[in-house]
This record gives sequence, structure tokens and C-alpha cells, in this order.
Amino acid sequence: MHIQPGHTGGEPTRSAEALAELEQAFQEKIDAEIKIEPKDWMPEAYRQSLVRQISQHAHSEIVGMLPEGNWLTRAPSLRRKLILLAKVQDEAGHGLYLYSAAETLGASREALIEALHAGKAKYSSIFNYPTLTWADVGAIGWLVDGAALINQIPLCRCSYGPYARAMRRICKEESFHQRQGYEIMLVLCRGTAAQKRMAQDALERWWWPSLMMFGPPDAESSHTQQSMRWKIKRHTNDALRQKFVDQSVPQADYLGLTPPDPELKWNEQIGHYDFGAIDWGEFWRVLKGDGPCNRERIEARRRAYDEGRWVREAALAFGAKQARRAHGAE
Amino acid sequence: MKDWPLWEVFIRSRHGLAHKHVGSLHASDAAMALANARDVYTRRGEGMSIWVVRSTDITASAPGDKAILFDPSEDKVYRHPTFYEIPDEVDNL
Ligand SMILES: [Fe+2]
Ligand SMILES: [Fe+2]
Repeated sequence: MHIQPGHTGGEPTRSAEALAELEQAFQEKIDAEIKIEPKDWMPEAYRQSLVRQISQHAHSEIVGMLPEGNWLTRAPSLRRKLILLAKVQDEAGHGLYLYSAAETLGASREALIEALHAGKAKYSSIFNYPTLTWADVGAIGWLVDGAALINQIPLCRCSYGPYARAMRRICKEESFHQRQGYEIMLVLCRGTAAQKRMAQDALERWWWPSLMMFGPPDAESSHTQQSMRWKIKRHTNDALRQKFVDQSVPQADYLGLTPPDPELKWNEQIGHYDFGAIDWGEFWRVLKGDGPCNRERIEARRRAYDEGRWVREAALAFGAKQARRAHGAE
Repeated sequence: MKDWPLWEVFIRSRHGLAHKHVGSLHASDAAMALANARDVYTRRGEGMSIWVVRSTDITASAPGDKAILFDPSEDKVYRHPTFYEIPDEVDNL
């Protein structure tokens, strides 16, 4: 709930000793798996870290609507159109749950959105790749939503209450996304040779970017350790990535498709798949703004926001007028 | 331009339970808050009834008052049925 703590005038200044005591009590709560709620005391770094992660996550849901939105009018049947519309609508909802969770930490919705539009906020780099064919919509549901699910399930147990609750709602809805995507791939793979080639091509383009969705390798991940101590994060990037590979390879096998990695093979000894090196150069390039669609995505977001401005202002004016009238009638 | 006001959303599910807090949203007035709550929080038959309340209209207890508010109930064990010793032979108690 957004019932703000009463200290909008800033934290009272505390002695270093008092602060250390508070921090220790805070960590003990975390260790005891007691959820942190908006009005509870928390270290400033914890708050900032959460605002950063939750808002990036919210932006990803919102920007993530764009690659699929591209196919809303081109879906091959009414059934597929309805499904895709429902999925994209879900993603809008996910964005809203998450912005709300960020706002419980004192962030303003408008400021978060402005940061995104100014190119100052990050979002998942996967959404900077284009959706060239219908099979891409299948590959996104199967791989991108599949990877998102693996990332998100542990977040349902995150130490921050509002984030954990938002993630529980999201995960419940997310499994339909993954299944509808896999079903698209299944239909294509059982279709003509050209359709199956289309599916293979989509897998080849989305495979590596999907592996990158789990973030940089543990050795280079700057936030992982502190996030794990605070139980914002429960598993390392590499552990989650391995889980994704282990789950996706048999699914690709079933489709009769081959991931674009010659080094991919089952390792009997460790009970996991070995896979080839990820091109982290590409990851950082895309994240820093140089992916195939970065400019287009932000431009689309900005345009939608600017063109909707008069509606937002009119609604606010109407709301104020209604309130005045209700007040006058009393 | 500034954000629309914030509203808290409460939904009663179909099983006859009380309204439960599900999240929040921004809306310019109560009618829009209801419409948005329907779209954002009831896409899969979650609800039979929606309440929306302006966040600023809710008064909440402070975490610092936890002890004052809730500790007094802790030493009143006689408020629980298990406090009373009744012989096994007596039924329906
Ligand atoms: Fe989502
Ligand atoms: Fe999704």
C-alpha cells in the first residue's frame, strides 16, 4: 500500500552508532525472512537498489509490448490475434504493478517515465531486437517469457513486500505467455518446410539474446552480492541462465529445432548442458543504446506519451471540476 | 504535468471473502479509478466487487507503535479457548 511514511522532509540525522544499530536490526529481519514493508525503516542503499531494479523491470514490461505490438494487426488468425492482444494487455498490467511497487518507495511515476524517455533508465536489452516474422512472436513467448519466468519466480520471495506481491501476480499470468509462444512454434514446426525454416530462423536470432537476459556473468555483476545479502535476489545470474538452458534444449529438441550453438551438449558428469561463450560485447552495446531498435523503441514510447498528454490533462481538469461541484453541493 | 492521484484497490473474490487490498493505480477521479481497477486487477475473473479509496484518505498505524498497539494482547491468554481446562468426559465444549 502507498501509505507514505511521514518523513518527507528527509531522514532525521542519526549518529553513526544509531545507524549501525538500525542496519543490524534490519539485516536480522531479512535473515529471519520477515518482509520489509514501505513504512519500515530501511537503509537508503536498499531503497535505491530496489527503485532501480523495480523501475527497470517496469520499463521492460512496457517497452516489451512494442515488439509484439508490431504483430497485433498481422497475426495469422482471429484466435492468434485475441491471444496476442491478451498477452500484450497483461504486459501493460505488469508494468503498472511494478511502477506501483516502485512508488511505495517514494519514487514518482512521472519521474520514472521521464527517465526512461530521456534515455537515462535501463530496460531489458532483449526488446531492442526486431520482430521480423510471425515465428518471432512464438520465439518471444517461448524463450523471452520463459527466461523472464525463471528470473521472476525467485522474486516472489523477495524481501520487499510490495515487490514480492507484484511478482506473485505477474508469475501467475506469465505462464500462459510462455505456453502460447511454444504452441505457435509447435504449429509452425508441424507445418510446411518453409514454416519450419521460419521457426528455426527465429530460434537462431532469439537464442543468444535470451541467454543474455539473465545479465552479466557473476564475476562481473556489480549488484549481485549485496542484492543476495538483502534477499532481493536469491540466485546468481549464471545459475539462472544454466537453468534456462537445461529447460530449453529439450523443448527445442521436441520441436525438431537446433539452437545456434555448436558447443551445446549434455554433460553427464555435472547433469547440465555445456554451452558456448556469450558475446558480452554485443550485450553491452545493446544495453548502452546501440541495438537494432533502441532508438525506435524510445521514440515510440515518447510519441505515445506526448500524444496522450492532452487526455491526461483534460481528465485531471474534469476530475477537479467534479470535486468542486460535489463540494459546492454539500 | 503532475501524476494523477493515487488510489488503493480492494477486491472481493467470488468466494464470499472480505474485500482484500490488491494494489494501487493512478486515476483522475473515482469513476476512472474503478474502470482502471477493472482492467488492471480483474482480467481473469478475480473479483465480484471493487472498492477504490484515495491513498491519502487512509490512516495507517506507524511501525514504531507496534509494541504499544499489539503487545497488550500477547499476555491475555485467557482470551483463547485453550486456556480453560475441561475434563475429557465433557463433550461439546
Ligand atoms: Fe510480463
Ligand atoms: Fe509475459
